[in-house]
Amino acid sequence: MSVKTPIYLDYSATTPVDKRVAEKMIPYLTEHFGNPASRSHAFGWTAEEAVENAREEVAKLVNADPREIVWTSGATESNNLAIKGAAHFYSGKGKHIVTMQTEHKAVIDPVRELERVGFESTFLSPEPNGLLDIEKFRAALRPDTVLASVMLVNNEIGVIQDIVAIGNICREQGIIFHVDAAQATGKVAIDLEQLPVDLMSFSAHKTYGPKGIGALYVRRKPRIRIEAQMHGGGHERGMRSGTLATHQIVGMGEAFRIAREEMALENVRIRRLRDKLLSGLQEIEEVYVNGDLDQRVPHNLNISFNFVEGESLIMAVKDIAVSSGSACTSASLEPSYVLRALGRSDELAHSSIRFSIGRFTTEEEIDFTVALMKDKIGKLRELSPLWEMYQDGIDLNSVQWAAH
Amino acid sequence: MNHSATYFDHNATTALDSRVLQAMLPFLSKQPGNATSRHSYGRAARQAVDQARAQVAEAVGAHPSQIIFTASGTEANNLAIQGMVESNSQILVSAIEHPAVTRPALTMRQRGNSVASIAVDASGKLIDSSLQNLLSQPTSLVSVMLANNETGVIQNIAEIGEMVRSQGAYLHTDAVQALGKIAVDFSALNVHAMSLSSHKIKGPQGAGALVLDKRVDIRPLLYGGGQEKGLRSGTENVAAIVGFGQACELIKQELSEQALIVTQLRVQLEAGLKKLGATIFGDQSERLPNTSFFAFNEIDGETLVVALDRKGFAVASGSACSSDSTEPSHVLLAMGIARDLARGAIRISLGGKNTATQIEVFLTVLENELLRLKRLSAIAI
Amino acid sequence: MAYSEKVLDHYENPRNVGSMDKSDPHVGTGMVGAPACGDVMKLQIKVGDDGIIQDAKFKTYGCGSAIASSSLVTEWIKGKTLDQVMEIKNSDIAEELALPPVKIHCSVLAEDAIRAAVADLKAKQSSAKVAA
Repeated sequence: MSVKTPIYLDYSATTPVDKRVAEKMIPYLTEHFGNPASRSHAFGWTAEEAVENAREEVAKLVNADPREIVWTSGATESNNLAIKGAAHFYSGKGKHIVTMQTEHKAVIDPVRELERVGFESTFLSPEPNGLLDIEKFRAALRPDTVLASVMLVNNEIGVIQDIVAIGNICREQGIIFHVDAAQATGKVAIDLEQLPVDLMSFSAHKTYGPKGIGALYVRRKPRIRIEAQMHGGGHERGMRSGTLATHQIVGMGEAFRIAREEMALENVRIRRLRDKLLSGLQEIEEVYVNGDLDQRVPHNLNISFNFVEGESLIMAVKDIAVSSGSACTSASLEPSYVLRALGRSDELAHSSIRFSIGRFTTEEEIDFTVALMKDKIGKLRELSPLWEMYQDGIDLNSVQWAAH
Repeated sequence: MNHSATYFDHNATTALDSRVLQAMLPFLSKQPGNATSRHSYGRAARQAVDQARAQVAEAVGAHPSQIIFTASGTEANNLAIQGMVESNSQILVSAIEHPAVTRPALTMRQRGNSVASIAVDASGKLIDSSLQNLLSQPTSLVSVMLANNETGVIQNIAEIGEMVRSQGAYLHTDAVQALGKIAVDFSALNVHAMSLSSHKIKGPQGAGALVLDKRVDIRPLLYGGGQEKGLRSGTENVAAIVGFGQACELIKQELSEQALIVTQLRVQLEAGLKKLGATIFGDQSERLPNTSFFAFNEIDGETLVVALDRKGFAVASGSACSSDSTEPSHVLLAMGIARDLARGAIRISLGGKNTATQIEVFLTVLENELLRLKRLSAIAI
Repeated sequence: MAYSEKVLDHYENPRNVGSMDKSDPHVGTGMVGAPACGDVMKLQIKVGDDGIIQDAKFKTYGCGSAIASSSLVTEWIKGKTLDQVMEIKNSDIAEELALPPVKIHCSVLAEDAIRAAVADLKAKQSSAKVAA
């Protein structure tokens, strides 16, 4: 095999910085090092100009006005700013928030924090395919609902929520609608001129840009207001203070430009790789795809391998870099809360692997991965008493386990 | 773009050191690791972050476990102020704080806190009795910067710490301007929390840190993935953190040498400035060795800065972060400087790469510009 | 999770994987743990008329430490008497494999598996006596 291991199949955790992006960034680390807030000299002006060009590129990818883009340190900050910022600003209208159980922690935890300061919230469970039932969403709304937050693309299972339908309901009822799009840029087309979305979070490092930079879209028409969470020099029209990292902003701009220009073709290629991976893995018995296969970005394949244990599975596949559960929670041994919300058993949630494919994934790498998975799953099942029982036709649910 | 040839604005931001860039490059281009991932890419990122944490800790006399990485000094200040204040208590900030301390403190009023300002004297030093008087009210947090960004005046933080601790309040210090210019020792400073920034010390923009005494009760600003022991969620900015660590490493090696260079340059600069009739602010106090904040009577600072930029000198009028406003420097007003003189203030902040020749040329250019501007204003009258 | 060399060795090259005929009167089977807990161990011992364990086989659904613990145990118990294997303590297993504190339960499970297999065998033998 000509592939270099470990093969990186964890593009949903983070992506390598595209070479073109890195090249564009480096001059802003070296010769153009000015502080964009320095108004008194050319060092500052060059930096400011670069920041504004990048803002335009970010706006263009999602068809927004550059004045609607607020820089942040990443999607986590964007989500915190959007949720806490809008909830506090509009708290006079009500103190109820609706979101989903399968949101990223960077949405869930700010909502939990708002609960501590007097807000109420509803965490909707998804259908077994990971999608939100629009009628359930409508039913969850209350007269005092002030904010709804639903992600566009799920980080673990890649499913795409119907944010048009959700947003339209929010519009009807005068509810602010926030969308976490950290996993969506460069994968699904986003047109904020058309979408009924008020606030949208973006991240650079999930789209071949650098870490430490993100953005929040804040709609101007109709104007959405948020309460700043970071106070200081009054950068970003007072919505977010702190010296901006010019090179990172430049990197995000370039990454989003490349995404805009190349996503259509890239997604065709990635879909082909994903289909190949899927059909290869489906040759293994007792595998379950988590999340809807159609309403889903092609970059993500989340599969549970029945009758093998999660940790030993991760040990077995160290030649590929993948996630079991979300990267952000994998320090703990808890089964993925997203998969549990789909109704998956703990065992299947534990033995799930998220393969995420990206710009630099090759066909050889997919072939290698399929062969590796077949071999390792075979070996682990050879070791597995559960597999043996399954093959003997024993219904594992009927077994009285001696829990310890 | 007509770049200024001589950079005299090192307190706004510094050029990245090439050795810092070298340390960062692998994480800017090749390494895709998310430091939270468990595979080898993730572990490599985690190791790099941990190494940087040790470097930062060592540079400021702290333990690695006391370092919370943030995206900037502003964020570190916000985390400290918003996170450490108890509800319905008093917050004290010095009258010369950076907006990244003052503004978050003022927003705490919405949550039932009161905010009072500790006075400084004409030399820019905190007035102890002002602090002492204010501390008679129940106070949960005091924030006093280690060194001022405009005047460079250094406060006696350890002494202030004694007063604050004896009243049971927390002390936070914004050490963003001090780091890399003077020795900064977290434990010797006797504070509970201290803010740092990478881009002021030849590190990249995009990284900062709050150094925190672990006994302090603090609430996070950002919630989510639980990074930085839950105190600062968000995917670690590995490249910037690595750069910050490397920049701290360089401080350890080069601080005294750099300080000597800028000290000598400033002596030369200020001798020349005084000859031209400048008032130098805070020069009766111990200051950062690189900073000189001055004004000339009847010369508008903004006009002079623009003129100097045309002649190839990047200097600042007031601090970069507040240069949107045309208000005279709040630092100077707090020191009791007359508004008219304050409006003329110009800051030169030197770096180790500046030279005696640059100072010499600058003084000549300045003299000519002063003459020209005086002629212009004479005509206007 | 950092694993010791010994855990990795057993994980990569597990000893005595397999199954024996459960209905064989000389075979004792112990199955402990539960899928929901993340570990299931099946340990089988084959005992000769002299009361010595001639063979041992295992299958384990679980993490690397669980696999290693059960693999190690199969090596240890072969050639020993039932009484001798009942002496094996989980702490011996944990020490041998240098298990970290969060993985001690794997060694506990392996000890339980031995006891369950022995108990199964004894139950079989006494019921055989009754039948005879």
